[in-house]
Amino acid sequence: MAEYQQILDRLYTHLRPMAPQGTTLDEDTDLISEFGLDSVNVMDLLLEVEEDFDISVPLNLLADIRTPKDLACTIIRLLEAE
Amino acid sequence: MMALFDKFNKLASERAELFPTGLSPFETRIEEVYSPTEARIGGRRVLLAGTNNYLGLTFAPECIEAAQKAVEREGTGTTGSRMANGSYGGHCALEAELGDFYQSNSVIVFSTGYLASLGLIGTLAGAQDIILLDADCHASIYDACRLSGAQIIRFRHNDVADLEKRLQRLKKHADNTLIVVEGIYSMLGDRAPLAEIVAVKRRYGGYLVVDEAHSLGVLGEHGRGLSEEAGVATEVDFILGTFSKSLGAVGGFLASNHPESEFLRYASRPYIFTASPSPSVIASTRAALQLLRSRPQLRERLWANATQLYRQLQALGYRLGPEPSPVVATLLGSRQQAVAFWQGLLERGIYVNLVLPPAAPGGYTLVRCSVSAAHTPAQIDIICQAFADLRAILEQPDALVDSHGS
Ligand SMILES: Cc1ncc(COP(=O)(O)O)c(C=O)c1O
Repeated sequence: MAEYQQILDRLYTHLRPMAPQGTTLDEDTDLISEFGLDSVNVMDLLLEVEEDFDISVPLNLLADIRTPKDLACTIIRLLEAE
Repeated sequence: MMALFDKFNKLASERAELFPTGLSPFETRIEEVYSPTEARIGGRRVLLAGTNNYLGLTFAPECIEAAQKAVEREGTGTTGSRMANGSYGGHCALEAELGDFYQSNSVIVFSTGYLASLGLIGTLAGAQDIILLDADCHASIYDACRLSGAQIIRFRHNDVADLEKRLQRLKKHADNTLIVVEGIYSMLGDRAPLAEIVAVKRRYGGYLVVDEAHSLGVLGEHGRGLSEEAGVATEVDFILGTFSKSLGAVGGFLASNHPESEFLRYASRPYIFTASPSPSVIASTRAALQLLRSRPQLRERLWANATQLYRQLQALGYRLGPEPSPVVATLLGSRQQAVAFWQGLLERGIYVNLVLPPAAPGGYTLVRCSVSAAHTPAQIDIICQAFADLRAILEQPDALVDSHGS
C-alpha cells in the first residue's frame, strides 16, 4: 500500500498544474467529468506520467481509467509486468 | 441514465457561447468558387488562404478536360466497390502511374485518404501487434489504430528520443510494431525528423508508415514527399497519401514495396465495403499527377509564397509554427480571441481555417493558413496586410488565458 500512496502522490504532482481553479483532487476524482480534463489532456498527462515512471501505457487502457486511483493501479500493474 | 442526445449538451453550450450569432466558422458556406484562390463567402469576394490546394490544380485545364472526357466516356459513378463490382481501367492506370512515381511495386487506391489509413493500419496491425504513433498524428490515424485492435502507444511529437525509449521497452515486440508519422503535420506545418526516425527503426526493428497527405507534391526533388526529401524512401515501409490536397480531387492511396501488401485488397474492409472513386475523379487525379511531375516550378512557386507569408507574419510579431511550410499556423490565445481573429480576417476578405483544441495540438488555438502555388505574391501581401490590421486584437487583455479551454 505504501507503494500505492507514493505513486498517487507522484500523480498529483502532474495533475495539480492542470487543475482548473477551485477543483479538488483525491483518488476518486473523475478526471474528465469532475477535474475537467478533455480526452487530449488525459493523453498528454499520460506522456508525462509515462516519462516519470519509465513505462508505456497503451491508450487502449484509457477507457478503464477514470480516476487517479485507476491510473495508479494501472501503473502498478505495468511496473509489475516488466 | 443519460438520454441518447444528452452527450451533445456540452457541444451545444460551447457552440452557443463561442458563436452567439449562430454563425459558426465550422459551418462556412462557400457560395461560389472563382478560382483556386478566390471565392464568395457571406456575399463577398474573398481570398482563399484556407484550402489544401497546394499546387493550385483544382482549375487546371488539363485536369478539367480529363474529368469531362471520363464522365462522358464512363459515366458519373462506378456504383460499387472494386472487389465486388470490378476495377475500371482508370483505377489500374492510376495505380501503375503512382507505382512508377514512387518506384513501388504495390499501390492500392482507396476512396479517400482517411480510408487508406484505416485500410492499411486498421487491417495490418492486429491484437498481437503494437502501434507507436506520433502524438500529433491526424484523427484518421487515431481512428485506424482503434480499428486495428493493436496496442496503441503514443510518443511525444517529433521526439526521437522518446520513440527510441518506447521501442527499447518493447524489446522483441519491436519487430511487431508499426511506427506512424506524417511528412508535414497538418496543423503546425512542421516535418517529422524522418532520417533520425529511420535510424532508430534500423536499430530496434519495426515497420515505418509515413502519411504524406500534406507533403505529396510539396517536398522532395520530384515532389514525392518527405521520404524523398530526407533521402530515406527505400527504408519507409508504407507511404500513405491523398488526392484531396495537392492533386485537387478526392481519394487516397497506399504505396509499398512489400509484395504482401497486395493482400490488403482482400483483407481491408475500407477497400472492400465502399464504392470505388468515380471515373472523373480518377481522371483528374491522373492529370494532376502528370502536372505535379512535369512542372517542378509549381513547387518552387509554392515555396516562394510559403516563405514570403511565414517571414512577413513573423516580422509582424506573430507566434507561428516552428518552420516555414505551406501550412502557416498563427498561435492565438483564448478561444474567444481566436474566433474574433478569424472573423476579423474574413471581414477583411481573407478566408483561413480556425482550429480549436482538441483538433489543434498542445491546447493551442490557432488560425491556419495554407498557401498555394496559385497565389500571386500580391495576394500574399494582401493576406499579410489583414494580419497587420489585426495586431490590435492580440493586445486586448484577457487574451492569453484559457489555453486549455476550461
Ligand atoms: C495527415 C492527414 N492524413 C489523412 C487525411 C485524410 O485525407 P482525405 O481527405 O483524403 O480523407 C488528412 C486530411 O484530412 C490529413 O491531414
